[in-house]
Amino acid sequence: MATATATRPGPRLRARRWFAGFASRDTWAAYAFLSPWLFGFVVFTAGPMIASLIISFTDYSVIQTTHNVGWANYHTLYHDPYVRTALRNTFVFTLLSVPAHVIIALGLAAILARVGRAAGIFRTIFYLPVMTPGVAIGILYLLIFNGSYGVLNNGLGYIGITGPFWTTDPNWVKPGLALMISVWAVGASVVIFLAALVGVPRHLYEAAEMDGASSWRRFRDVTLPMISPSIFFVVVINTISGLQTFDQVYTAFFNQSTPYGTNASLMYAIYIFQQAFTFFKFGYASALAWILFAIIGAITALQIIVSRRFVYYEGERS
Amino acid sequence: MQGWRRSLAFASLIAALGVLAFAATLASAHSTTKKDGTLNIMGFGKGDDVAESRAAIATAALNGTTVNRPSGGFNDQQFLAAVASGNPPDLVYLDRQKVGTYAAKGAFLPLTSCISSQKINTKQYRIPAMNEITYKGKIYGIPEFYDVRTILVDNNVLDMAGVKLSGLDTSNWPKLLATAKKLVKFDNGKVTRIGFDPKIPEFFPLWAKANGVDILSKDGLHPHLNDPRAVAALAYAVSLVNAQGGWDKFKSFRDTWDFFGSNNEIAADQVGAFPMEQWYYNVLAGSSPKVHITALQFRNKKRQPINYETGSAWAIPKGSKNPTAACTWMKAMTSTSTWLAAAKNRASIRKAKNQPYTGISTGNAVADKAIYAQTYSSINPYFDEAVKKVLDVQRFSFNIPASPASAEFKQAWNDAITRVLAGQQTPKQALDQAQQESIAAIKAATK
Repeated sequence: MATATATRPGPRLRARRWFAGFASRDTWAAYAFLSPWLFGFVVFTAGPMIASLIISFTDYSVIQTTHNVGWANYHTLYHDPYVRTALRNTFVFTLLSVPAHVIIALGLAAILARVGRAAGIFRTIFYLPVMTPGVAIGILYLLIFNGSYGVLNNGLGYIGITGPFWTTDPNWVKPGLALMISVWAVGASVVIFLAALVGVPRHLYEAAEMDGASSWRRFRDVTLPMISPSIFFVVVINTISGLQTFDQVYTAFFNQSTPYGTNASLMYAIYIFQQAFTFFKFGYASALAWILFAIIGAITALQIIVSRRFVYYEGERS
Repeated sequence: MQGWRRSLAFASLIAALGVLAFAATLASAHSTTKKDGTLNIMGFGKGDDVAESRAAIATAALNGTTVNRPSGGFNDQQFLAAVASGNPPDLVYLDRQKVGTYAAKGAFLPLTSCISSQKINTKQYRIPAMNEITYKGKIYGIPEFYDVRTILVDNNVLDMAGVKLSGLDTSNWPKLLATAKKLVKFDNGKVTRIGFDPKIPEFFPLWAKANGVDILSKDGLHPHLNDPRAVAALAYAVSLVNAQGGWDKFKSFRDTWDFFGSNNEIAADQVGAFPMEQWYYNVLAGSSPKVHITALQFRNKKRQPINYETGSAWAIPKGSKNPTAACTWMKAMTSTSTWLAAAKNRASIRKAKNQPYTGISTGNAVADKAIYAQTYSSINPYFDEAVKKVLDVQRFSFNIPASPASAEFKQAWNDAITRVLAGQQTPKQALDQAQQESIAAIKAATK
């Protein structure tokens, strides 16, 4: 450990090396390759982010004169009961949707890995719904999860279960949304898991089998560790996506023609949108957005720290 | 290999610069189109025959000015982005209820000089529509359509249930509740027919008005959401829903209606009656012209007819580079002769397709009179009577006044009602909360 610290270059040395790199044509070529992305990042991501950070300390409304309000927007959001409601809803939704998404995607990928040649067709079929616009998913949610006449409750009825009123009962709104959104977009993760499963070396299974490992043990001790980087990736991406959920829920509950949203369906991103584009409080909305950014950053960092214990990168560790 | 890589890197750099140049060209093209010879309109993309025939007349009135009408309706996000970039449109077409808020924030120009210079006769427009676009005594818009609400009744359902039309009397709440209970139908615990849909949260202002209270003061600054009469109105409207299975069953059944199709809820006898805007008679006339319907006027507790009106308007944003052309366009689009020409055109189109025509309801009272006198021809006794009722109820209109926080105000009462319907709060609790939120929003908007 001490040796590693001693050999690690300091920031000054690293900066000097970075500048020295420009003496090489390869460095210039690398930056030329990166330039379209760098341009896009600066203009369309970093620039607006910095602007929104500045705006979050103002009462910017686009139309009227802007004043500096200091930390007032952050102070307001701390006391805003809708922020707490929206955050709670968003966390619950994410906690429900991410595990459901991962389990279903992994299950489907495991099945696909066994079907051989036909896997390609099924892979395409599973991926197709991913291309459905969020607005369409919101409308479909209202139809499929309709408490009295929806496909889901009709199906549950055949096996003797009376389904809840998913779209109107405040206790069932979030589970319904989580189920719909996580299952509908499962195709992308199925493709990732399938690629990971196919990549697990056969000899590991053969060795485990020779040692008398059951199929569950082989899955737990061979498959899961070997595909853990993919699971980690899917969890991180879907957690971020879950915390930013907007279009499907907005269409189902907060659209002009479906104004039936309640405290149970108010997601954080929807609240940001309302503050900005319905009430023109861009300063406040920017502060809300930065809080969400900080939360996502913290959760992602936590996931990365936790992943060090559970994720196995082949070739990185002995 | 190295040469190949260098070429690719160079191509990437060129691509990045290309994107930059393209963006710059777009921005410059956008600003150069803002010359006097162009009228940029937001919120009025390509529309139906009524929109297009009037647009043709208005374009002709501009004498060679190029009219730029990007597709899509008015979008706050798009409008604010245009304002922020320093390129606001020259003219916008939007919901009248939004005009007051934008006017209060200084985003729209008062039309005082436009009206006087173009000699626009504002007396031809309906007073409630003008109230919606008048803020602090100044006119900020020109009204276009005029939505009227009557009670749409499915006669078949009443006949099947043995209920008379007199039972659907909104001035007699116990009687209406009893009628709704007679009309509603259940099968295996599911609602299969709604008796009377009060249409809340959307039409809550109508129920409050029926009980004698305007939910917002005339100056748009003082909400009356927790007035006992408003609370009682909400409690009653919710009791109608609860008596017909409760919100869960009620809404889940309503969500299955084929609203714009030939097997709509009237054709399929899925509802006894509900208050609805007048444009829906036109939909029914096209999708299911053989339905047996009746239109009833919504009556207040004193048995007087009332109508909650809404609609659209034209307004000129601050920073408009062609306000003169915008003013000419607004005048031409909403004039009596233009509306009449559009109505005649629609009547002939419908006739050619052998489809019924129920007329057009505009914000111009003079135009409406001419339209129905000159273009309407009998469809059948049901639709003819409905059209008569729609025309008659226009006299009894009220509006939600222009307010500096109209969006927050609407959101507050809408959310309050959904909380009550979901069983999360009582009407009093919900409307008390909405009242506090509205007061705070208006106070912040007038600071």
